[in-house]
Amino acid sequence: MRGLTFDVAHLLAGSLVLVSFLQLYQDRLYALLNMFALHAFVLALSVAWQAYVQNAPHLYVTALIALVFKAIVIPVVLHRIIVRLGIHREIEKVVGVGMAMLLGMGLVALSMVVMLRVTAGADPLAREDLAFALAVVLLGLLMMVTRRNAVSQVVGFMSLENGLVLAATGAKGMPLVVEISVAFSILIAFIVIGIFLFRIRERFDTVDLQALDRFRGERR
Amino acid sequence: MAVIVDLAVQGVQMLLVLLLAPLLTGLVRKVKARLLLRQGPSLIQPYRDLARLMRKEVVLAENASWLFRVIPYLIFAATWVAASLVPTVRTGLMFSWSADLIAIIALLGSARFFLALAGLDVGTSFGGIGSSREVMIASLAEPAMIMIVFTVALIAGSTQLSTMAAFLVSSEVGLRVSLGLALIALIMVAIAENARIPVDNPATHLELTMVHEAMVLEYSGRHLALIDLTASLKLLLYVSLIACIFTPWGLVPAGAGAGTLAVGLTAYVAKLAVGGVLLAVFETSIAKMRVFRVPEFLGAALMLGLLATLLLFVSRSF
Repeated sequence: MRGLTFDVAHLLAGSLVLVSFLQLYQDRLYALLNMFALHAFVLALSVAWQAYVQNAPHLYVTALIALVFKAIVIPVVLHRIIVRLGIHREIEKVVGVGMAMLLGMGLVALSMVVMLRVTAGADPLAREDLAFALAVVLLGLLMMVTRRNAVSQVVGFMSLENGLVLAATGAKGMPLVVEISVAFSILIAFIVIGIFLFRIRERFDTVDLQALDRFRGERR
Repeated sequence: MAVIVDLAVQGVQMLLVLLLAPLLTGLVRKVKARLLLRQGPSLIQPYRDLARLMRKEVVLAENASWLFRVIPYLIFAATWVAASLVPTVRTGLMFSWSADLIAIIALLGSARFFLALAGLDVGTSFGGIGSSREVMIASLAEPAMIMIVFTVALIAGSTQLSTMAAFLVSSEVGLRVSLGLALIALIMVAIAENARIPVDNPATHLELTMVHEAMVLEYSGRHLALIDLTASLKLLLYVSLIACIFTPWGLVPAGAGAGTLAVGLTAYVAKLAVGGVLLAVFETSIAKMRVFRVPEFLGAALMLGLLATLLLFVSRSF
């Protein structure tokens, strides 16, 4: 039973890292949003499994929040936003998929080296969860750095936050209050970003953030 | 006595893969044709093609060197040896103790190297583009393959296929995300290596897209027969490899009686049939990608392999 518990947790957390890579690979916005929904769904499964393993009912609430808000509400709203902005057919010119993938592999390796050294004495379940969580966070950051479209940067930000939730559930004892407040702050950040998207669009006729750089007079 | 039995089993296995290989190709073609609502050639058509090609005269280009004539035999021999090392029906084959999975990849790699040389030898432009594309695909597929081998070998604690199969069929394996990633990566590599549809179309002679066919365009007669047989054998090898590593159920351990061997044979033929049908369904449901997209496809396989290896280091055995 011990082995199986660990294996399932490992499987789910590993799939989360894999879906992060799938996000990095997509260059169409629709596909990217679908991948993000999948990311949140895997996160919800992973958190629910942790709740079952740790016998902590409040984690089920976290899983439910992840499932409802991140896997359903936010992707649907983002779908609508990109349709209204008229960029749903846009293909983003990513700064080299291969390069981003290689960087991502490096980040995963880095996070594993760091986490396995730092948490040498901890419970193996928490250890591997933390290593994967750091990898997901770094991949989310990488996504935000390598994308130019504001919508995909939002997706990168959200998947970064998914990594934080994974870390918090792995390390036992994050209170539910913190959990809920984080979830709501994310939601508010999301609303603010949504409004900003429309403002950027109004002013510059695009959500390509290079336009902002040009506006500031920067040369690329 | 035991040595003689082992040698006999090894010999039977070598003949078996050789005899089944065209049948598998025929099966894939037949299923693909049926899915397109065509009648399709009969299952034994590849055998007839081979027999006909064997009887035909060989037409050689004027400036073909001795290498061009030797290469079909060379690549056939290398691929046949590689195929004889994969446990199909029974593990613990005689030859398999002398070579492991890495040796199989090396054999296939040298076969590919010689085939690319043959494409360049005559000096036609088609052969040249075929060889350069093949080498581009290979340079990405091989690292991915090596990563897959690392993953499976780290899990099983051996690069020996018989040992791997024995370990993976036991209950010690558990549920591993790395194995799943390795399986997907191996399927992608197998598709690329066998010149199947998203990467290359085995049935086309359109100059813009062909890779494998462009290299062997100058061959005729028995040389072409050998090259076709080699291609079938390679397909069979990859299906057997996937079956041996990821679905080792039904593999008969060494020293089993004739009855269990028959069961193992049935299981193997069933696995091959399932593999062939799945390949045909996959090929008909997907469009061929541009040659310039292939590096991305194989890069994804490499990434999956690398990720599988990395994930192993946080799993329970380390």
